[in-house]
Amino acid sequence: MAEEKQKGNVSRRSALKGLTGLPVVGGILWAGAVEASQKKKSRESILKTLNINASPPPKTGPMSGDPIRLGIIGFGIRGPQLCRSLGFATKKWLADMKASAEKNAEDTRLASFLEQENLNVEITAVCDLFDVRAQEAADSFSTDKVKVKIYKHHQALLESNDVDAVVIATADHWHAPIAIAALEAGKHVYLEKPMTHNIAETYALQDAVQRTGMVFQVGHQHRQTQSFVTARDVVNKNILGHVSLIQANTNRNSDNGAWQYTIHEKASPDTIDWQQFIGNAPMVPFNPEHFFRWRKWWAYGSGLSGDLMVHDYDRVNCVLEMGIPRSVISSGGIYTHKDGRNVPDVMQINMEFPDFTTGSSQESGKERGMTMVYSATLGNQYSRTTALMGHDATMELGNRLTIYADRNSTRYKDMIDNETIDPNVPIYQYDPSANEVDGITSATAKYFADKGLLYTYRNGRRVDSTHLHMWEWLSAIRNGTPVSCGIKEGFEEAITAHMGGLSYKLGRRIDWDPAKQEIVPIEGFDLDEVLLTDTEKLV
Amino acid sequence: MLRVLIGWHFLYEGAIKLFNPGWTAKFYLLSSEGMFKSFFHTLAGDTMIGIIDFMNVACLLIVGLALILGVFERIGASIGIVLLILYYFAHPAFPGLEQAGTEGSYFLINKNLIEAAALYVIFLCPTAAYFGLTRYLRPSTLTTSNV
Repeated sequence: MAEEKQKGNVSRRSALKGLTGLPVVGGILWAGAVEASQKKKSRESILKTLNINASPPPKTGPMSGDPIRLGIIGFGIRGPQLCRSLGFATKKWLADMKASAEKNAEDTRLASFLEQENLNVEITAVCDLFDVRAQEAADSFSTDKVKVKIYKHHQALLESNDVDAVVIATADHWHAPIAIAALEAGKHVYLEKPMTHNIAETYALQDAVQRTGMVFQVGHQHRQTQSFVTARDVVNKNILGHVSLIQANTNRNSDNGAWQYTIHEKASPDTIDWQQFIGNAPMVPFNPEHFFRWRKWWAYGSGLSGDLMVHDYDRVNCVLEMGIPRSVISSGGIYTHKDGRNVPDVMQINMEFPDFTTGSSQESGKERGMTMVYSATLGNQYSRTTALMGHDATMELGNRLTIYADRNSTRYKDMIDNETIDPNVPIYQYDPSANEVDGITSATAKYFADKGLLYTYRNGRRVDSTHLHMWEWLSAIRNGTPVSCGIKEGFEEAITAHMGGLSYKLGRRIDWDPAKQEIVPIEGFDLDEVLLTDTEKLV
Repeated sequence: MLRVLIGWHFLYEGAIKLFNPGWTAKFYLLSSEGMFKSFFHTLAGDTMIGIIDFMNVACLLIVGLALILGVFERIGASIGIVLLILYYFAHPAFPGLEQAGTEGSYFLINKNLIEAAALYVIFLCPTAAYFGLTRYLRPSTLTTSNV
């Protein structure tokens, strides 16, 4: 009897030892399910409230029909990049990229180029003031069917019957004169930024586009970036509330980033058409540094305001459509690159939009007025985000899109109070690049890529945004579809840039008169002269 | 005791991932550093990631169940060791590499490696026959242990 009792105890203990794990398993699975379900419910509740639609922009029309014949005017740094977006790479670039991809499997630049869709264009003509570059383009792009013709002067190219449209990527001081001549000659135009070099040209180009009816696109390719399209939806749905401040920045700290480009070994008065390069700028003796590093002088370039601020301004303008600021105040100086340049390497531009509104969640009277602060240095590359700062939320804008609720938001008050929303954790994040391994190497390329200026994503695949921007322009020519950066957007960009440059040079506020559609004149100054003159000669 | 603690860790990780359909190992793999970076990047590719995600969750659950319930514990411990070694080499604690998403400081040895070593101890000294379902699967062992 005692033995039986003992046996019973042993088997109960034994069973316990065998089965203890079961309730533990059940408990852990239950805890996991509860935790996951709570997170999911909270996430769904936030997303339902936000209702953001991350849809791509409408697809442009087909590229079928006869090829569009293109003339390339300006084949320095940007020109070859634009040609690659059109499907034409130089032999040297192809060889360099092949070698680089063999060394580094993550360098997908060549593969991406080869995967690009065919835009059905022919390059029939090229014009560059440096013979070596024009020859390189002709040698690389000529085929058995199409021989690329070299033109010494852009006017001769524009008179050619073999050219339907032109891509202009010259120094800034030639942008408008060539674009206007091209439109007058009946050619469609793709023009690099900034659209113009001075105020008078801005109106003249606007007039030429409206008068000729030719298709005109300014090269702000980030308008194709998917995250920016999503950002528009965010603003339209009033997710940010009243945006009172925008910060945008440039941070670069390299020779290349400070426009200290390589001077070609074959540069000489024999290989460069110096007279033609000078154009409407003051004549100076042949100077290869001016030719290759023209961005460092107001006479040919536009400084930080026209060269880089326009990227940031248009990135925000394509989301908010806030137009030309009512007033601008700039400051800065040459603090790092004291190498003879006369454009600043540090610049802050404050743009005021006192009547602009993105909507509000608060009582009436608190929804108007916004400042955009552009802050730039070419002496440091600490990455500062572009942020649209609203009463209810802040949106970081780049190739990624991140939104944080504001702790004192009116719209999200209840969700913050019941801890559905944590202001330290993004309420929304859109990162189409999460599928990609970043193969970008140079600091300047990274700077542009982070801003959403280099590439975007379609159906999870990385695509060059300039390729899409070109596609849009060519579709407008072929199918009559709209362009996203036409004369209206270009006009706003150019005037804003000029206001920034003028304020820096004059050390005073520059106002815009929206009724008269002009920069308010300043007694004693010809504003266009001010824009083109060395700052030191003004004060 | 050690077996149940490690099993608990695996099972909860597996359960959280199982009940969260949006979970993917893609970003963990893409942020991989060190000598096997390209291997882990390949696993994160579109063709592989679905299988990898499924395998990861399945293995975490299998290891967790095996260790807590005390059934097939040597197989469970072996799978667990392989998983942990993979995690280790995806983000190795080598000097000069960024230790993203970890608390504390590590030089060559990190928690993944220590947990793998603990699993090796379990592999060498199985306890399921004494404490676990194996008691029922192997009655002869039960008899022996009761003598």
